[in-house]
Amino acid sequence: MNRLTRRGALAMLGASALAVPVHAERFAGHYRPQAEPLAEGVWLVRGSDAPIAFENGGAIANSVILATADGPILFDCGPSQAYAQALSALAQGLTGKPPVLVLISHLHPDHALGASAFDPAIVAALPGTIAEIERDGPGMSDAMFRILADWMRETQLVIPARRLAPGELSVGGRALTLLAMNGHSGCDLVVRDHASGIVLAGDLVFHDRAPATPDADLAAWRGALDRLAAIPRTLLVPGHGPVDRDGSAIAQTRDWLAWLDAALRDAAGRGLDMTEAGDMPIPPRFARMAAARYELQRSVSHFYPAIEASVLPRIDQPEGGSQPNGGRTGNRPITK
Amino acid sequence: MAGTALIALMTGAAHAAPAPDPLQSPMWDMQAERLFGHDRVVFDPRVHIAVPMLAENQHVFPVTLDARALPDVRRIVVLVDLDPIPVPVDFVPGKAAPWLGLRIKLDQRTPVRVAAQTADGTWHVAGLWVDAAGGGCSAPPASRAHGDWAVHLGEVRGAVWHGTDGGGAAVTRLRFSVRHPMDTGLVDTIPAYNLETVRVTAGGETMAQMTVSGSMSEDPAFTLLLPAGETRPITIAMRDSNGREFTGRLP
Ligand SMILES: [Zn+2]
Repeated sequence: MNRLTRRGALAMLGASALAVPVHAERFAGHYRPQAEPLAEGVWLVRGSDAPIAFENGGAIANSVILATADGPILFDCGPSQAYAQALSALAQGLTGKPPVLVLISHLHPDHALGASAFDPAIVAALPGTIAEIERDGPGMSDAMFRILADWMRETQLVIPARRLAPGELSVGGRALTLLAMNGHSGCDLVVRDHASGIVLAGDLVFHDRAPATPDADLAAWRGALDRLAAIPRTLLVPGHGPVDRDGSAIAQTRDWLAWLDAALRDAAGRGLDMTEAGDMPIPPRFARMAAARYELQRSVSHFYPAIEASVLPRIDQPEGGSQPNGGRTGNRPITK
Repeated sequence: MAGTALIALMTGAAHAAPAPDPLQSPMWDMQAERLFGHDRVVFDPRVHIAVPMLAENQHVFPVTLDARALPDVRRIVVLVDLDPIPVPVDFVPGKAAPWLGLRIKLDQRTPVRVAAQTADGTWHVAGLWVDAAGGGCSAPPASRAHGDWAVHLGEVRGAVWHGTDGGGAAVTRLRFSVRHPMDTGLVDTIPAYNLETVRVTAGGETMAQMTVSGSMSEDPAFTLLLPAGETRPITIAMRDSNGREFTGRLP
């Protein structure tokens, strides 16, 4: 009995016996990750820049393969056991050795659940990310099984066993600098490869693909983008979207987040409800960004109730009574 | 993360005889009989329902309904076919427009419908399938987990805007929310505890009334459209299933 079937059975207890999992009878295809060389011993494996969907098997995030004398390092490993197996085989084909280390940039399932394919001892993350995976991993895994069904078969939640510390890390002759940031999530790993000068930004940077905000702290994220912009680099690999060769991806991510913050506050100030806020016009300068409407509507869900609470004054006091929150307070930062 | 697709289905034209359910819901016949009895029921594209393209948070799924294209709407119900508590709100618009913004819980993939009853007794129905990520009514709302709900119970927030609706017509927009756990009674050992009635008056005159259930989101939030130029003091009077009363006043 697979996991989906158990979940389906549980759902039926609560509600109707007519619950139908969306993709229960559909078979997944095969993942076919492709490696694109970025520098000597560095390859990019591109995600699909789309929302997580059955049609793409959840393979939407970028991964990077870094060759070392001991075997390749993987930076992020996709959404599922089958994806990570295909990625691992790809890395072994390129380097002649199996992966020696798997770095997880942050907790999100499209980057982290592929850890299922590896010995937990070689799966590594910052302590903050490990804590977040322990906290949210089961729920995120359930959601991925719900959406991806057969693509997720045999995927188990693996908690990274190796705790990373910010600073220098040398593996098989390859020197990396690890930086701990936050903003996209509570803990975001950034890696700089010394030999190539390539910076792996994880989901702190999205490029021509709208940023996702389910665990975002927008003020902290802006701070992380400032730090990222100051790191010397040859090119930058975003968590989603094409490689950034001219720094425009950092600016684009910053532009979207600033617009989002202001636009949601403006919408709440004009009295729009959540569906109306999610339907607001998106400025033409973001036309290049894939999944823009989708991520705007997700962000409305993440931030709007708190913004409303800051914009709408208390009205349950007796006439002439004091308002504990001072009436309209429209300038609290968006945090979650 | 939890990306899910919505499958929007077109509603069919109105027929005199009961039309087959365009959403092909397994629960439609039963729910329709229970709710509408022998009243005439038509699927009518003049009823609009707006929802986001995905249920990012199945505890807080926004729905905006609009039956302003129909003449003389007397009552509107939202029907979530496959939910154990299938009617989150039963709305008597009164002087308010037959238009409402609300937030509901989703337990699973289900049709979400709006049924608007006109003065001749006919129910005009439109809806779409919504794919919930899962959970919904089967998991406790967040503030229960955080244990702070009792501190904030009954806090009412709200405001009024004098502006225009989407079509440019003048309108008075009222938004309000109330802190309430809206326990369904279906989770663990937590008994049902929800807001039950909402009544909006302006200068003492009833504008709109609602009966709501535990399938409304925690901390229910409402958007209503009142007649243009409504400047009298507005009172929002609410009562919950324990008989507690909450009142919001806008000068
Ligand atoms: Zn992410």
